[in-house]
Amino acid sequence: MTVAPAARPSTDDLAIEVTGLVKDFGATRALDGLDLSVRQGEVHGFLGPNGSGKSTTIRVLLGLLRINGGTARLLGGDPWRDATTLHRRIAYVPGEVNLWPQLTGGEVIDVLGKLRGDLDPTRRAELLDRFELDPSKKSRSYSKGNRQKVALVAALASHAELLILDEPTSGLDPLMEETFQECVREVRHEGRTVLLSSHILAEVEALCDRVSIIRSGRTVQSGSLDELRHLTRTTVTAETSRPADDLASLPGVTGVQRTNGHIRFDVDSDHLDGAIAHLSRLGIKSLVSHPPTLEELFLRQYGEQVDAG
Amino acid sequence: MSRFTGTTTIVRLVLRRDRVRLPVWLASLTGLMGVSAAAVQGLYDTPAERLAYERTTGSSGAAIALSGPPTALDTLGGITVFEVSQVSIIGISLMTIFLTLRHTRADEEAGRTELLRAGVLGRNADVAAIGLVMAAASALTGAGLAATMIGVGLPVGGSVLFGTATATLGLIFTTIALVAAQVAEHNRGAVGLSLTMLGVLYGLRAVGDVNDSFVTWLSPIGWVQGVHAFGENRWWPLTLALCFCAATTAFAGWLTTRRDIGSGLIASRPGSPEGSRWLGSPLGLAARMQRGALIGWAVGIGALGAVYGSFGRDVQNMVEENPELKKYFEQAAGDVTITDAYFGIVLLFTALVATGFTVSSVLRLRTEEAETRAEQLLATPVSRWHWTLSWLAVTVTGTVAVLGVGGAAAGTAWALLSSDPSQVISLTLAQLTYVPAALVLGGVAFALFGWLPRAAGFAWAGVVACFVIGWMGDLLSLPDWLADFSPFEQTPLVPSVELDALPLLAIAAVAALLIAAGATGFRRRDLVME
Repeated sequence: MTVAPAARPSTDDLAIEVTGLVKDFGATRALDGLDLSVRQGEVHGFLGPNGSGKSTTIRVLLGLLRINGGTARLLGGDPWRDATTLHRRIAYVPGEVNLWPQLTGGEVIDVLGKLRGDLDPTRRAELLDRFELDPSKKSRSYSKGNRQKVALVAALASHAELLILDEPTSGLDPLMEETFQECVREVRHEGRTVLLSSHILAEVEALCDRVSIIRSGRTVQSGSLDELRHLTRTTVTAETSRPADDLASLPGVTGVQRTNGHIRFDVDSDHLDGAIAHLSRLGIKSLVSHPPTLEELFLRQYGEQVDAG
Repeated sequence: MSRFTGTTTIVRLVLRRDRVRLPVWLASLTGLMGVSAAAVQGLYDTPAERLAYERTTGSSGAAIALSGPPTALDTLGGITVFEVSQVSIIGISLMTIFLTLRHTRADEEAGRTELLRAGVLGRNADVAAIGLVMAAASALTGAGLAATMIGVGLPVGGSVLFGTATATLGLIFTTIALVAAQVAEHNRGAVGLSLTMLGVLYGLRAVGDVNDSFVTWLSPIGWVQGVHAFGENRWWPLTLALCFCAATTAFAGWLTTRRDIGSGLIASRPGSPEGSRWLGSPLGLAARMQRGALIGWAVGIGALGAVYGSFGRDVQNMVEENPELKKYFEQAAGDVTITDAYFGIVLLFTALVATGFTVSSVLRLRTEEAETRAEQLLATPVSRWHWTLSWLAVTVTGTVAVLGVGGAAAGTAWALLSSDPSQVISLTLAQLTYVPAALVLGGVAFALFGWLPRAAGFAWAGVVACFVIGWMGDLLSLPDWLADFSPFEQTPLVPSVELDALPLLAIAAVAALLIAAGATGFRRRDLVME
């Protein structure tokens, strides 16, 4: 199910606009017609399982990889041709942070900041404090989480208008995850744009205005969380006076399960009304319904695709 | 679960990971030693020739310092040992140090050891496994050496003893590397520590051998050479060496129980919490990244140059005392002096070794890319052009510096011996004529990096080819057209040949073309990360 946004925003509002992106590595097709649009000033969640093409997409956006088909625009420019000028306006945290082993964390932050040209010393000091990072340790002795903090501080201490973060919190502990979320909210408050690739759905639910879910190099869902929820199914658990035997034959109802007199099923949002009306004729004794969590959306999307494939 | 559960599995893992690396090491070591041994045969067939060798090379302090105790030099076997020792000692030590640390400290640093230890694996299994593989590799190297020596007609007893002694040295440095792997927290530190040990032990035996004193016996290398192959043929010093190995292994085992996995006994020191202004540019960063390697190479090449420079007098004496050799030199070198002919050859050799810096410096670009550090740099406003050319600027400057230091060291040593201060300048300039040739090989590495990044390591094949052509071309009777491919052959053999700027400019132009080709390729291609 691919969802087109109700009103397509004009190109000027888009920080990232990718359509039909194709990228091959030899015989392997990593991106297969991927679409992604990120509006100015939003935090956009970029979800997908391992190997689905998130990092490849990001590397295309950074001008590190050439594309084989489709179009990619970044802040109104061509990510490959205009790479160096565009990079003045973006900050990047890679998924796998490898630092220069003989430099200290503080030196790495300064190198990356000075090369971009807009390191804010006050912010740098404040972020080191908030992330509890010792900048005088040699990079080679940092753990994965600390290496990620180095890259995060370097990116967040800049005034870049677009932040591209590739699974930036996979090595952080829950306290630091909280600090990270605060920082991202501040960035959004300043009107800056964030592309956040993540595995942590709670983080995406907490931070993102809109999300794109990709699988096997293709966008399978995209939109605001509300839109996605609306366009998918609601889970209903009910207990009725008379048995609801014919429920499965109703349009839009799937996954009917019965346990101890309770009935549980999923129903398409469009058919929710009909299903509830049917139950009410059977005498509802209890009813619980909840919209899908992002996790369910995510799992369902992949579950379906796996079944179909 | 015993302490050694899983050893055979790890042996197979090591062999699988090194299925290319290990055979390459073994083939190059035995090949190099074999060619050196074969080259000696036929040169000293008569007792008079051997006597001349013993009186000249064999009594030169510099030669003894480099090669070992001058024993049995009245036999062809003894002369072969004296000629081969330098290569065999350094070669087998480097092989065992690099391979041992690759499977111990480097693995631990990368977290692979943790992964293995979490499985069903005895606490000492991984160390036992690499020990077994290195013992087998050392034995094979020793056997190959012995077989070559027997093959060229040397007595079996001495050949087997020399091969065994060389293999024992491999074991010694395996265990030294095992200790270093426990002490240092990082692979680079462990490599540095092991190489320092190699230098110290080599130096100790050199001091002992030159003065014919007990100091030789303070170094395990001295014990291994103390077998006096083809002379007394003593086996007992090897028992000393085996006791040393047992003791070092036990020490390494004890050290493992004194530390946590992932840490070393020496923790790394904190550094500056802030980057200097200078570090914030691609050039500054490249200089900082290559600083350590550059200093190491400059010291090493400087030492090599100083040794060769101090040999100058010995060469003169050697040739003057040996009329046949004098005739040979006069024929080969025409009207140049013997020392000029000598320096022509050693400057070429030094340049070939120093090219190792140039190529490894260029290839670090590939490491930066593969380990995703380049990705972070190139995500800033730094262009690919800017990044690579800044790095290459350091490579070029470093090449000039390393060759300059080597030439200046040789010149200074020779100036002191010959009381001719002008030698400092002339030998330095002569050594610097190899800068364009070294840069051609660096250019090959960069062109490979630009177009075939995964195959960039093959640039080393170019260095090996130039080495074979320059050092053994006559021995192998290579055709001229093949030898002409080496930029080192195209460089005038100063000071034994007049300096001609034209070939140097042509070679520099080739290097520039290769660099331009590499830059073009790199600007067009994807970043390739592992």
